[in-house]
Amino acid sequence: MSEYIWPYANELEKVTRDTCDVLVLGGGLAGCFAAVSAAERGKKVILIEKGAVKRSGSAGTGMDHWESACTNPCSLVTPEEIASAYVDEQDHYSNGIFHYITCREGWDRMLDMEKFGGKIRDTGDEFKGAEFRDDATKLMFAYDYRNRFTLRVWGSTFKPALYKELLRLGVKIYEHTEATALLTKEINGRKRGIGAVGMNVHTGGLLVVSARATVLAMSRPARIWLFDSDLPGLCEFRPFQSIGSGHAMGYRIGMEFTMMEKSVRGEFSAAGRSFPPYGTGNNHNTWYAATMVDSRGVEIPYLDRDGNILQTVSQRYYPAEGQKFFLKGGVIDEPKYEYRGPETMPFDELIRRGYRLPFYADLSRMPEAERRVIWGMMVGEEGKTKIPVLQYYTERGFDPEKHILQSYGSGWQSASFLDQERQLFGAPGGIMHDWNLKTNIDGIYAAGDQLFGSDCGGAACATGHYAGRKAADCAEGYELHEADEAQIAEEKDRLYAAIYRNDGMNWKQLNKAISKAMQNYCGGVKNRDLLMQGIDLLESYREEAVPQLYAENPHDLMRTHEVLDILEVSDMILHACLFRESSSKPLCFVRSDYPETDPPEDRRFITVRRENGRAVRGSVPLDYFGDLKSEYEKHNQDYIGGGKE
Amino acid sequence: MMKEFKVSPAASSAVPVTFSDACTGCNICAQVCQCDVLLPDTRKGKHPIVMWPGECWYCGACVMSCPVQAIRLEHPLMNRARFIKAFR
Repeated sequence: MSEYIWPYANELEKVTRDTCDVLVLGGGLAGCFAAVSAAERGKKVILIEKGAVKRSGSAGTGMDHWESACTNPCSLVTPEEIASAYVDEQDHYSNGIFHYITCREGWDRMLDMEKFGGKIRDTGDEFKGAEFRDDATKLMFAYDYRNRFTLRVWGSTFKPALYKELLRLGVKIYEHTEATALLTKEINGRKRGIGAVGMNVHTGGLLVVSARATVLAMSRPARIWLFDSDLPGLCEFRPFQSIGSGHAMGYRIGMEFTMMEKSVRGEFSAAGRSFPPYGTGNNHNTWYAATMVDSRGVEIPYLDRDGNILQTVSQRYYPAEGQKFFLKGGVIDEPKYEYRGPETMPFDELIRRGYRLPFYADLSRMPEAERRVIWGMMVGEEGKTKIPVLQYYTERGFDPEKHILQSYGSGWQSASFLDQERQLFGAPGGIMHDWNLKTNIDGIYAAGDQLFGSDCGGAACATGHYAGRKAADCAEGYELHEADEAQIAEEKDRLYAAIYRNDGMNWKQLNKAISKAMQNYCGGVKNRDLLMQGIDLLESYREEAVPQLYAENPHDLMRTHEVLDILEVSDMILHACLFRESSSKPLCFVRSDYPETDPPEDRRFITVRRENGRAVRGSVPLDYFGDLKSEYEKHNQDYIGGGKE
Repeated sequence: MMKEFKVSPAASSAVPVTFSDACTGCNICAQVCQCDVLLPDTRKGKHPIVMWPGECWYCGACVMSCPVQAIRLEHPLMNRARFIKAFR
């Protein structure tokens, strides 16, 4: 007998029913903004969140950059310039709609955030007079100090502020509730989303919501290739429970995805290999542009895009002679010459010249304001840094004026990964959508990291708000539909199967098996035989392991459901990889049986969806979104005319 | 018959959070943790139980939410990055 008592009610078999105009699944930045904008339009909104909204999602404890807020009053660039630059930089395997919304509406969302109580300005004058600060507006900038389109923000204030606003607007929130299935109905010959099913992860009670329109904002898949049974929470960069259930739910009802064949060699926080994110010496993102030194204390030079050594710290924040702007940030790794900003000398060249590992970040050599803004503001406001890095390291005695912080891996990443240790990272695949952020399923919209080619907190806010208002418009014309009881009964059986067994296999065993299968059959180099074997193996897990899964309580049952979704998404990824019969550099995709790289006929988005139990291939031209500015304006006359611009 | 829930601490090599005597057992941390690592103790006034320590993703939301600063976050030994005195 267990010595611990389950503290929550037992609500197995209890079904709560509710209705709304707009249902939002996922309560991170994107989901919260979707709920806010639908509620602002007078809609009855329900939000379902697996954790607790106040601190949930990738930015639950913070975000330090708001990228591409091109319409802020200090910006010298236009939304068209930056969105088009991203599309070009990503070789057009890029979500232009997503980028343009981010660039065009990001600043509006920053002002919303400020109105809700979030901090976006240096109101305390802590950095008065600093080069990265505009003293008139008190806004602070990162990366490109001339063009000023990415802002430094106090993101640890954001989620609590959004949570308060949701309550003020009367949004009904179901917390500690995992969304598990989308309900659909054939209406006028088309499949339409009419609501969703969820389960309370503390009580086991079911929730069935009927909705006129639905927004999916449930992040992206994880724990596909990377799993560690001892410390599963440290498998991946994003929150442990964000594993792509939204993708799995969508795939089960025939939703269309693209770029799912793209995965990258692990970069962050994977399976215990790395260190606390932003907690090692480096000069990227939060730490840009930290001074780096080698093991002898010799400073590592920064170069401009032409290879000229920069003489001052200030020069690291300005475009090169003749360059309009440069790109830095979440998804920018090794940009094209046109967009390349200042960077430290390439690693191989450093080794050739005798620089010695390990390297360190040395803030003590930087001007006081730059040191203080990296260590204290950016490290502090970025997610997972206030307590795990700033406070923890300070307690251990780290003083940025006196100490230097070690780098790991080959240079300043936090670890070195193997080719088969992969992640969906760096603008990976996701839901295919139109200019309304609508999916191919009528009545269902998507936002944030669930969209293909997406990344970053500011974009989550911008696309969330956008999807929320499009869903609100949709709800105007749509009736509520009663869910099909057979669909609900089937989902209930699926959800409760593991808890009604008396013993069996723990979810970790299946997750570990999936990740090993994906490393073996869907690693760095792929071919048809490997991929087919992977599909076969996963099918055998579905037949043999899934019926053995066992959970003792609703928490473990939630973990079990997550692994079922991981299995679903892994299958989608294998099929997406089969469908692309060539290799591709921008998609980080290598097929040994199709070694030709990016042949013109394959320069397309290949899509994958499930129809009658079979994976179906589709194809959409790159740049299907058309001219960004004119298409945006065509679809958003109400917003433009509503006094927002 | 209603299935009874059972629970026992999941094995893990790490202890991500510890509680000081200042804890009042308010369970705000257990409510706020998005990974659902902590389980409220049914005994009044007791700190929550770190029931699923391996599932912590080390965000510190529990520490940030604690009204009496009773929670300490501790990284696994392997994850304590090195720092040394600056060269100058």
